Amino acid sequence: MLSEFLVITVGAILVNNFVLSKFLGICPFLGVSKKLDTALGMSGAVVFVMTLASLVSSLINSFLLVPMKLEFLQTLVFIVVIASLVQLVEIILQKLSAKLYDSLGIFLPLITTNCAVLGCVVLNAKSAPDSIQSTWYGATIYGFCSAVGFSLALVLFSSLREKLDLANVPKAFEGTAISLVTAGILAMAFLGFSGLV
Amino acid sequence: MSLALIAILSVGVIGVLLGVIIGVVAKVFAVEIDERIEKVEELLPSANCGGCGYAGCMDFAKAVVSEKATVDQCPVCSPDDIKNIAEYLGIVAEEKEKMVAVVKCGGTHSVAVSAKYNGVADCKSAVLVAAGGKGCAFGCLGMASCSRACPFDAIEMRDGLAIVHEALCVGCGKCVETCPRNLIDLVPAKAEVHVFCNSPEKGAEKMKVCKASCIGCRKCVKAAEEGQMKVEGFLVSVNYDNPPPAGLVEAAACPTQCLKTAKAHAAPVGSEA
Repeated sequence: MLSEFLVITVGAILVNNFVLSKFLGICPFLGVSKKLDTALGMSGAVVFVMTLASLVSSLINSFLLVPMKLEFLQTLVFIVVIASLVQLVEIILQKLSAKLYDSLGIFLPLITTNCAVLGCVVLNAKSAPDSIQSTWYGATIYGFCSAVGFSLALVLFSSLREKLDLANVPKAFEGTAISLVTAGILAMAFLGFSGLV
Repeated sequence: MSLALIAILSVGVIGVLLGVIIGVVAKVFAVEIDERIEKVEELLPSANCGGCGYAGCMDFAKAVVSEKATVDQCPVCSPDDIKNIAEYLGIVAEEKEKMVAVVKCGGTHSVAVSAKYNGVADCKSAVLVAAGGKGCAFGCLGMASCSRACPFDAIEMRDGLAIVHEALCVGCGKCVETCPRNLIDLVPAKAEVHVFCNSPEKGAEKMKVCKASCIGCRKCVKAAEEGQMKVEGFLVSVNYDNPPPAGLVEAAACPTQCLKTAKAHAAPVGSEA
Protein backbone atom coordinates (compact mmCIF):
# COMPACT_ATOMS: atom_id res chain seq x y z
CA MET A 1 0.00 0.00 0.00
CA LEU A 2 2.59 2.50 1.15
CA SER A 3 5.02 1.47 -1.56
CA GLU A 4 2.29 1.98 -4.14
CA PHE A 5 1.84 5.55 -2.96
CA LEU A 6 5.56 6.10 -3.11
CA VAL A 7 5.63 4.85 -6.69
CA ILE A 8 2.83 7.23 -7.65
CA THR A 9 4.54 10.16 -5.95
CA VAL A 10 8.03 9.65 -7.38
CA GLY A 11 6.60 8.61 -10.71
CA ALA A 12 4.36 11.66 -11.13
CA ILE A 13 6.85 14.24 -9.87
CA LEU A 14 10.14 13.06 -11.34
CA VAL A 15 9.94 10.15 -13.78
CA ASN A 16 6.79 10.92 -15.72
CA ASN A 17 6.87 14.65 -15.14
CA PHE A 18 3.88 16.18 -16.91
CA VAL A 19 5.80 18.96 -18.59
CA LEU A 20 9.21 17.47 -19.15
CA SER A 21 8.43 13.91 -20.20
CA LYS A 22 4.72 13.84 -21.07
CA PHE A 23 4.90 17.28 -22.72
CA LEU A 24 1.54 18.36 -21.38
CA GLY A 25 0.88 21.91 -20.21
CA ILE A 26 3.65 23.45 -22.30
CA CYS A 27 1.67 26.67 -22.83
CA PRO A 28 1.75 27.93 -19.23
CA PHE A 29 5.23 26.40 -18.86
CA LEU A 30 6.51 28.88 -21.44
CA GLY A 31 3.99 31.62 -20.82
CA VAL A 32 4.19 32.21 -17.06
CA SER A 33 7.81 31.35 -16.46
CA LYS A 34 9.35 34.78 -16.94
CA LYS A 35 9.31 35.62 -13.23
CA LEU A 36 9.68 33.31 -10.24
CA ASP A 37 6.90 35.07 -8.29
CA THR A 38 4.33 34.56 -11.01
CA ALA A 39 5.49 30.98 -11.52
CA LEU A 40 4.94 30.23 -7.83
CA GLY A 41 1.46 31.78 -7.98
CA MET A 42 0.58 29.80 -11.08
CA SER A 43 1.91 26.63 -9.43
CA GLY A 44 -0.35 27.23 -6.45
CA ALA A 45 -3.38 27.68 -8.68
CA VAL A 46 -2.57 24.58 -10.74
CA VAL A 47 -2.00 22.43 -7.63
CA PHE A 48 -5.37 23.53 -6.28
CA VAL A 49 -7.25 22.97 -9.52
CA MET A 50 -5.55 19.68 -10.42
CA THR A 51 -5.98 18.08 -6.99
CA LEU A 52 -9.62 19.08 -6.71
CA ALA A 53 -10.33 18.19 -10.34
CA SER A 54 -8.82 14.73 -9.82
CA LEU A 55 -10.88 14.15 -6.67
CA VAL A 56 -14.20 15.36 -8.09
CA SER A 57 -13.73 13.72 -11.49
CA SER A 58 -12.69 10.43 -9.93
CA LEU A 59 -15.77 10.45 -7.68
CA ILE A 60 -18.06 11.26 -10.59
CA ASN A 61 -16.33 8.65 -12.74
CA SER A 62 -16.40 5.73 -10.32
CA PHE A 63 -19.81 6.41 -8.71
CA LEU A 64 -21.77 7.75 -11.65
CA LEU A 65 -20.23 7.26 -15.07
CA VAL A 66 -18.91 3.68 -14.70
CA PRO A 67 -21.92 2.13 -12.92
CA MET A 68 -24.30 3.82 -15.39
CA LYS A 69 -22.13 2.77 -18.35
CA LEU A 70 -21.71 6.40 -19.32
CA GLU A 71 -17.94 6.27 -19.91
CA PHE A 72 -18.41 7.98 -23.26
CA LEU A 73 -19.32 11.15 -21.35
CA GLN A 74 -15.96 11.27 -19.54
CA THR A 75 -14.31 14.03 -21.59
CA LEU A 76 -17.42 16.20 -21.53
CA VAL A 77 -18.03 15.90 -17.80
CA PHE A 78 -14.35 16.33 -16.92
CA ILE A 79 -14.09 19.53 -18.91
CA VAL A 80 -17.19 20.91 -17.22
CA VAL A 81 -15.77 20.03 -13.80
CA ILE A 82 -12.37 21.60 -14.57
CA ALA A 83 -13.95 24.74 -16.01
CA SER A 84 -16.10 25.33 -12.94
CA LEU A 85 -13.17 24.68 -10.60
CA VAL A 86 -11.08 27.26 -12.46
CA GLN A 87 -13.99 29.68 -12.21
CA LEU A 88 -14.08 29.08 -8.45
CA VAL A 89 -10.34 29.66 -8.09
CA GLU A 90 -10.66 32.86 -10.09
CA ILE A 91 -13.46 34.25 -7.95
CA ILE A 92 -11.75 33.34 -4.70
CA LEU A 93 -8.33 34.57 -5.81
CA GLN A 94 -9.67 37.93 -6.94
CA LYS A 95 -11.04 38.46 -3.45
CA LEU A 96 -8.09 37.13 -1.48
CA SER A 97 -5.10 38.26 -3.51
CA ALA A 98 -5.81 40.88 -6.16
CA LYS A 99 -2.08 41.23 -6.84
CA LEU A 100 -1.61 37.57 -7.71
CA TYR A 101 -4.85 37.72 -9.73
CA ASP A 102 -3.45 40.57 -11.79
CA SER A 103 -0.05 38.98 -12.33
CA LEU A 104 -1.54 35.67 -13.49
CA GLY A 105 -3.80 37.59 -15.85
CA ILE A 106 -5.08 35.56 -18.75
CA PHE A 107 -3.23 32.41 -17.67
CA LEU A 108 -5.60 31.82 -14.77
CA PRO A 109 -8.73 31.31 -16.92
CA LEU A 110 -6.51 29.44 -19.35
CA ILE A 111 -5.97 26.66 -16.78
CA THR A 112 -9.39 25.59 -18.03
CA THR A 113 -7.81 24.53 -21.27
CA ASN A 114 -4.54 23.40 -19.70
CA CYS A 115 -4.06 19.95 -21.17
CA ALA A 116 -2.08 18.87 -18.09
CA VAL A 117 -5.22 19.10 -15.95
CA LEU A 118 -7.46 17.23 -18.38
CA GLY A 119 -4.61 14.80 -19.12
CA CYS A 120 -4.21 13.96 -15.45
CA VAL A 121 -7.94 13.42 -14.96
CA VAL A 122 -8.21 11.25 -18.07
CA LEU A 123 -5.14 9.20 -17.06
CA ASN A 124 -6.85 8.52 -13.73
CA ALA A 125 -10.06 7.44 -15.43
CA LYS A 126 -8.22 5.20 -17.90
CA SER A 127 -5.93 3.53 -15.33
CA ALA A 128 -6.25 -0.20 -14.68
CA PRO A 129 -9.34 -1.00 -12.52
CA ASP A 130 -7.26 -2.78 -9.84
CA SER A 131 -4.59 -0.07 -9.52
CA ILE A 132 -4.57 2.39 -6.68
CA GLN A 133 -5.00 5.22 -9.17
CA SER A 134 -8.55 4.13 -9.91
CA THR A 135 -9.64 4.73 -6.29
CA TRP A 136 -10.68 8.25 -5.34
CA TYR A 137 -7.82 8.76 -2.86
CA GLY A 138 -5.26 7.33 -5.25
CA ALA A 139 -6.52 9.61 -8.01
CA THR A 140 -6.36 12.64 -5.72
CA ILE A 141 -2.80 11.85 -4.72
CA TYR A 142 -1.84 11.31 -8.35
CA GLY A 143 -3.44 14.65 -9.27
CA PHE A 144 -1.66 16.43 -6.44
CA CYS A 145 1.72 14.86 -7.29
CA SER A 146 1.35 15.60 -10.99
CA ALA A 147 0.62 19.22 -10.14
CA VAL A 148 3.67 19.28 -7.86
CA GLY A 149 5.71 17.89 -10.74
CA PHE A 150 4.33 20.63 -12.99
CA SER A 151 5.17 23.22 -10.35
CA LEU A 152 8.69 21.84 -9.96
CA ALA A 153 9.30 22.15 -13.69
CA LEU A 154 7.78 25.64 -13.76
CA VAL A 155 9.80 26.91 -10.79
CA LEU A 156 13.05 25.39 -12.07
CA PHE A 157 12.48 26.86 -15.51
CA SER A 158 11.51 30.32 -14.30
CA SER A 159 14.60 30.48 -12.08
CA LEU A 160 16.69 29.55 -15.10
CA ARG A 161 15.00 32.20 -17.21
CA GLU A 162 15.56 34.89 -14.59
CA LYS A 163 19.28 34.05 -14.75
CA LEU A 164 19.16 33.92 -18.56
CA ASP A 165 17.83 37.48 -18.67
CA LEU A 166 21.15 38.66 -17.29
CA ALA A 167 23.28 36.41 -19.49
CA ASN A 168 24.85 37.58 -22.70
CA VAL A 169 22.91 35.51 -25.23
CA PRO A 170 23.87 35.59 -28.93
CA LYS A 171 21.43 37.81 -30.81
CA ALA A 172 19.93 35.05 -32.91
CA PHE A 173 19.10 33.05 -29.76
CA GLU A 174 17.52 35.83 -27.72
CA GLY A 175 14.06 35.44 -26.21
CA THR A 176 11.94 32.46 -27.14
CA ALA A 177 14.74 30.59 -28.91
CA ILE A 178 17.01 30.30 -25.88
CA SER A 179 13.98 29.49 -23.69
CA LEU A 180 13.05 26.54 -25.90
CA VAL A 181 16.64 25.31 -25.96
CA THR A 182 16.78 25.54 -22.16
CA ALA A 183 13.47 23.68 -21.85
CA GLY A 184 14.85 20.92 -24.07
CA ILE A 185 18.00 20.55 -21.98
CA LEU A 186 15.89 20.50 -18.80
CA ALA A 187 13.73 17.73 -20.29
CA MET A 188 16.85 15.74 -21.16
CA ALA A 189 18.11 16.13 -17.61
CA PHE A 190 14.83 14.73 -16.32
CA LEU A 191 15.30 11.75 -18.62
CA GLY A 192 17.92 10.66 -16.09
CA PHE A 193 15.11 9.73 -13.68
CA SER A 194 13.65 7.13 -16.05
CA GLY A 195 13.89 3.61 -14.69
CA LEU A 196 13.62 4.86 -11.12
CA VAL A 197 10.20 3.27 -10.71
CA MET B 1 -34.91 4.43 -19.18
CA SER B 2 -32.84 4.75 -22.28
CA LEU B 3 -29.13 5.42 -22.07
CA ALA B 4 -29.48 8.78 -23.81
CA LEU B 5 -31.96 10.00 -21.21
CA ILE B 6 -29.68 8.97 -18.35
CA ALA B 7 -26.77 10.69 -20.05
CA ILE B 8 -28.69 13.94 -20.55
CA LEU B 9 -30.04 13.84 -16.99
CA SER B 10 -26.70 13.21 -15.30
CA VAL B 11 -24.83 15.83 -17.27
CA GLY B 12 -27.66 18.27 -16.62
CA VAL B 13 -27.64 17.59 -12.88
CA ILE B 14 -23.84 17.95 -12.71
CA GLY B 15 -24.04 21.21 -14.64
CA VAL B 16 -26.77 22.69 -12.46
CA LEU B 17 -24.98 21.62 -9.26
CA LEU B 18 -21.70 23.20 -10.32
CA GLY B 19 -23.54 26.31 -11.47
CA VAL B 20 -25.22 26.70 -8.08
CA ILE B 21 -21.89 26.25 -6.28
CA ILE B 22 -20.23 28.90 -8.45
CA GLY B 23 -23.18 31.24 -7.96
CA VAL B 24 -23.02 30.93 -4.16
CA VAL B 25 -19.24 31.37 -4.07
CA ALA B 26 -19.46 34.39 -6.38
CA LYS B 27 -21.91 36.00 -3.94
CA VAL B 28 -19.78 35.22 -0.89
CA PHE B 29 -16.51 36.34 -2.49
CA ALA B 30 -17.97 39.23 -4.47
CA VAL B 31 -15.43 41.96 -5.17
CA GLU B 32 -16.67 45.50 -5.43
CA ILE B 33 -15.66 46.94 -8.76
CA ASP B 34 -15.74 50.65 -9.40
CA GLU B 35 -18.74 51.10 -11.70
CA ARG B 36 -16.98 53.96 -13.42
CA ILE B 37 -14.47 51.51 -14.94
CA GLU B 38 -17.23 49.73 -16.83
CA LYS B 39 -18.76 53.00 -17.99
CA VAL B 40 -15.42 54.38 -19.20
CA GLU B 41 -14.70 51.13 -21.01
CA GLU B 42 -18.04 51.45 -22.77
CA LEU B 43 -17.12 54.94 -23.92
CA LEU B 44 -13.69 53.84 -25.17
CA PRO B 45 -13.40 52.61 -28.77
CA SER B 46 -12.92 48.93 -27.68
CA ALA B 47 -10.24 48.47 -30.31
CA ASN B 48 -7.97 46.77 -27.75
CA CYS B 49 -5.00 47.85 -29.83
CA GLY B 50 -2.69 48.55 -26.89
CA GLY B 51 -1.65 51.86 -28.41
CA CYS B 52 -1.99 53.52 -25.01
CA GLY B 53 0.59 51.17 -23.50
CA TYR B 54 -1.94 49.22 -21.44
CA ALA B 55 -3.03 45.62 -22.02
CA GLY B 56 -6.37 46.66 -23.51
CA CYS B 57 -9.28 49.04 -23.20
CA MET B 58 -10.37 47.48 -19.88
CA ASP B 59 -6.92 47.94 -18.41
CA PHE B 60 -6.74 51.49 -19.72
CA ALA B 61 -10.18 52.29 -18.26
CA LYS B 62 -8.91 51.10 -14.86
CA ALA B 63 -5.86 53.33 -15.15
CA VAL B 64 -7.96 56.32 -16.20
CA VAL B 65 -10.39 55.92 -13.33
CA SER B 66 -7.56 55.55 -10.81
CA GLU B 67 -5.93 58.62 -12.39
CA LYS B 68 -2.77 56.77 -13.40
CA ALA B 69 -3.42 57.71 -17.02
CA THR B 70 -5.21 60.51 -18.80
CA VAL B 71 -7.92 59.92 -21.39
CA ASP B 72 -5.99 61.59 -24.20
CA GLN B 73 -3.37 58.82 -24.03
CA CYS B 74 -5.78 56.75 -26.11
CA PRO B 75 -4.66 57.24 -29.71
CA VAL B 76 -7.88 55.91 -31.19
CA CYS B 77 -10.35 58.16 -29.34
CA SER B 78 -11.72 61.03 -31.40
CA PRO B 79 -11.74 64.43 -29.68
CA ASP B 80 -15.47 63.93 -29.06
CA ASP B 81 -14.91 60.58 -27.35
CA ILE B 82 -12.31 62.15 -25.11
CA LYS B 83 -14.65 64.99 -24.23
CA ASN B 84 -17.43 62.55 -23.35
CA ILE B 85 -15.23 60.48 -21.07
CA ALA B 86 -13.72 63.53 -19.43
CA GLU B 87 -17.19 64.96 -18.84
CA TYR B 88 -18.34 61.68 -17.31
CA LEU B 89 -15.40 61.62 -14.93
CA GLY B 90 -15.70 65.33 -14.25
CA ILE B 91 -12.20 66.18 -15.38
CA VAL B 92 -10.88 68.49 -18.04
CA ALA B 93 -9.17 66.80 -20.95
CA GLU B 94 -6.54 68.50 -23.05
CA GLU B 95 -7.02 68.74 -26.78
CA LYS B 96 -4.78 66.31 -28.58
CA GLU B 97 -3.53 66.26 -32.06
CA LYS B 98 -4.34 63.36 -34.38
CA MET B 99 -1.20 61.48 -35.34
CA VAL B 100 -0.73 59.18 -38.29
CA ALA B 101 2.04 56.84 -39.33
CA VAL B 102 4.25 57.54 -42.33
CA VAL B 103 6.52 54.98 -43.95
CA LYS B 104 9.47 57.07 -45.09
CA CYS B 105 10.28 55.09 -48.23
CA GLY B 106 9.11 55.11 -51.82
CA GLY B 107 11.14 52.14 -53.04
CA THR B 108 8.92 49.54 -54.66
CA HIS B 109 10.04 46.33 -56.35
CA SER B 110 11.82 48.60 -58.84
CA VAL B 111 14.65 49.09 -56.32
CA ALA B 112 17.80 47.29 -57.41
CA VAL B 113 18.17 43.87 -55.86
CA SER B 114 21.44 42.99 -54.16
CA ALA B 115 20.53 39.39 -53.40
CA LYS B 116 17.55 37.11 -53.62
CA TYR B 117 16.08 36.58 -50.18
CA ASN B 118 14.44 33.20 -49.78
CA GLY B 119 13.94 33.10 -46.02
CA VAL B 120 10.98 33.60 -43.72
CA ALA B 121 8.73 36.33 -45.12
CA ASP B 122 9.16 38.71 -42.21
CA CYS B 123 11.10 41.98 -42.09
CA LYS B 124 12.90 41.13 -38.85
CA SER B 125 14.17 37.85 -40.29
CA ALA B 126 15.14 39.52 -43.56
CA VAL B 127 17.19 42.14 -41.72
CA LEU B 128 19.14 39.45 -39.88
CA VAL B 129 20.15 37.79 -43.15
CA ALA B 130 22.59 40.27 -44.72
CA ALA B 131 20.11 43.13 -44.32
CA GLY B 132 17.49 41.84 -46.75
CA GLY B 133 17.33 41.59 -50.51
CA LYS B 134 16.79 45.15 -51.69
CA GLY B 135 19.81 47.16 -52.74
CA CYS B 136 19.00 50.03 -50.38
CA ALA B 137 20.09 49.30 -46.81
CA PHE B 138 17.72 51.88 -45.33
CA GLY B 139 14.44 51.37 -47.17
CA CYS B 140 11.31 49.29 -46.83
CA LEU B 141 11.98 45.55 -46.92
CA GLY B 142 8.50 44.85 -48.18
CA MET B 143 7.85 41.75 -46.04
CA ALA B 144 4.66 43.28 -44.57
CA SER B 145 5.58 42.99 -40.88
CA CYS B 146 4.01 46.39 -40.20
CA SER B 147 0.96 45.57 -42.26
CA ARG B 148 0.38 42.43 -40.20
CA ALA B 149 0.94 44.32 -36.96
CA CYS B 150 -1.65 46.98 -37.81
CA PRO B 151 -4.91 46.25 -35.93
CA PHE B 152 -6.81 48.61 -38.23
CA ASP B 153 -5.76 47.33 -41.68
CA ALA B 154 -4.36 50.75 -42.47
CA ILE B 155 -1.15 49.58 -44.13
CA GLU B 156 -1.32 48.26 -47.66
CA MET B 157 1.52 46.35 -49.31
CA ARG B 158 1.86 47.52 -52.88
CA ASP B 159 4.73 46.44 -55.13
CA GLY B 160 6.83 45.49 -52.12
CA LEU B 161 6.30 48.79 -50.34
CA ALA B 162 4.28 49.52 -47.22
CA ILE B 163 1.80 52.36 -47.75
CA VAL B 164 -0.22 53.91 -44.92
CA HIS B 165 -3.79 54.91 -45.59
CA GLU B 166 -4.31 58.00 -43.48
CA ALA B 167 -8.06 57.68 -43.26
CA LEU B 168 -7.72 54.28 -41.56
CA CYS B 169 -4.64 55.03 -39.44
CA VAL B 170 -5.38 56.01 -35.85
CA GLY B 171 -1.78 56.52 -34.82
CA CYS B 172 -1.54 53.69 -32.29
CA GLY B 173 2.15 53.19 -33.09
CA LYS B 174 2.11 49.38 -33.41
CA CYS B 175 3.85 49.53 -36.78
CA VAL B 176 6.50 51.93 -35.48
CA GLU B 177 7.67 49.29 -33.01
CA THR B 178 7.59 46.53 -35.61
CA CYS B 179 9.76 48.02 -38.34
CA PRO B 180 13.36 46.79 -37.91
CA ARG B 181 14.55 49.68 -40.07
CA ASN B 182 12.82 52.34 -37.93
CA LEU B 183 11.26 53.61 -41.13
CA ILE B 184 7.89 54.48 -39.71
CA ASP B 185 7.23 57.70 -37.83
CA LEU B 186 4.16 59.03 -36.09
CA VAL B 187 3.58 62.53 -37.42
CA PRO B 188 0.80 65.09 -36.97
CA ALA B 189 -2.04 64.37 -39.40
CA LYS B 190 -2.17 68.01 -40.44
CA ALA B 191 1.20 67.65 -42.17
CA GLU B 192 0.30 66.76 -45.74
CA VAL B 193 3.67 66.62 -47.42
CA HIS B 194 6.32 64.01 -46.67
CA VAL B 195 9.73 63.04 -47.96
CA PHE B 196 9.44 59.36 -48.81
CA CYS B 197 13.10 58.48 -48.37
CA ASN B 198 15.19 57.50 -45.39
CA SER B 199 18.64 56.86 -46.81
CA PRO B 200 21.40 59.19 -45.60
CA GLU B 201 23.76 58.13 -48.40
CA LYS B 202 25.03 60.40 -51.18
CA GLY B 203 22.57 61.21 -53.95
CA ALA B 204 24.57 59.42 -56.65
CA GLU B 205 24.85 56.27 -54.54
CA LYS B 206 21.14 56.32 -53.87
CA MET B 207 20.20 56.83 -57.50
CA LYS B 208 22.15 53.72 -58.44
CA VAL B 209 19.75 51.55 -56.47
CA CYS B 210 16.53 53.54 -56.28
CA LYS B 211 14.95 56.00 -58.68
CA ALA B 212 12.55 57.30 -56.02
CA SER B 213 15.16 58.41 -53.51
CA CYS B 214 15.89 61.87 -52.13
CA ILE B 215 19.02 63.08 -53.90
CA GLY B 216 19.44 66.06 -51.62
CA CYS B 217 19.01 68.67 -54.39
CA ARG B 218 17.30 71.04 -51.96
CA LYS B 219 14.77 72.25 -54.50
CA CYS B 220 12.04 71.76 -51.92
CA VAL B 221 14.06 73.52 -49.24
CA LYS B 222 14.36 76.58 -51.45
CA ALA B 223 10.69 76.48 -52.43
CA ALA B 224 9.50 76.14 -48.86
CA GLU B 225 9.51 78.79 -46.19
CA GLU B 226 12.40 79.00 -43.75
CA GLY B 227 12.35 76.17 -41.22
CA GLN B 228 9.72 74.04 -42.93
CA MET B 229 12.23 71.53 -44.28
CA LYS B 230 15.25 70.04 -42.56
CA VAL B 231 18.48 68.94 -44.20
CA GLU B 232 20.65 66.32 -42.57
CA GLY B 233 23.62 65.36 -44.72
CA PHE B 234 22.23 64.28 -48.07
CA LEU B 235 18.70 63.68 -46.85
CA VAL B 236 15.94 66.25 -46.65
CA SER B 237 13.02 65.75 -44.29
CA VAL B 238 9.92 67.62 -43.25
CA ASN B 239 10.03 69.61 -40.03
CA TYR B 240 6.86 68.29 -38.44
CA ASP B 241 6.76 71.10 -35.88
CA ASN B 242 6.22 73.50 -38.78
CA PRO B 243 5.03 71.43 -41.75
CA PRO B 244 4.91 72.95 -45.26
CA PRO B 245 1.56 73.25 -47.10
CA ALA B 246 0.46 70.74 -49.77
CA GLY B 247 1.25 73.31 -52.46
CA LEU B 248 4.96 72.72 -51.91
CA VAL B 249 4.86 69.56 -54.01
CA GLU B 250 4.06 71.57 -57.11
CA ALA B 251 6.32 74.47 -56.21
CA ALA B 252 9.32 72.26 -55.54
CA ALA B 253 8.87 69.89 -58.52
CA CYS B 254 10.94 67.17 -56.86
CA PRO B 255 13.01 65.53 -59.63
CA THR B 256 12.64 62.04 -58.16
CA GLN B 257 9.13 62.69 -56.86
CA CYS B 258 10.02 61.44 -53.42
CA LEU B 259 8.46 64.61 -52.02
CA LYS B 260 4.73 64.17 -52.27
CA THR B 261 1.51 64.29 -50.30
CA ALA B 262 0.50 61.23 -48.33
CA LYS B 263 -2.76 61.28 -50.27
CA ALA B 264 -1.03 61.03 -53.63
CA HIS B 265 1.32 58.38 -52.26
CA ALA B 266 -1.55 56.18 -51.07
CA ALA B 267 -3.81 56.82 -54.06
CA PRO B 268 -4.56 53.75 -56.20
CA VAL B 269 -2.13 53.19 -59.05
CA GLY B 270 -3.07 55.01 -62.22
CA SER B 271 -5.34 57.61 -60.66
CA GLU B 272 -4.12 61.11 -60.04
CA ALA B 273 -5.18 62.42 -56.65
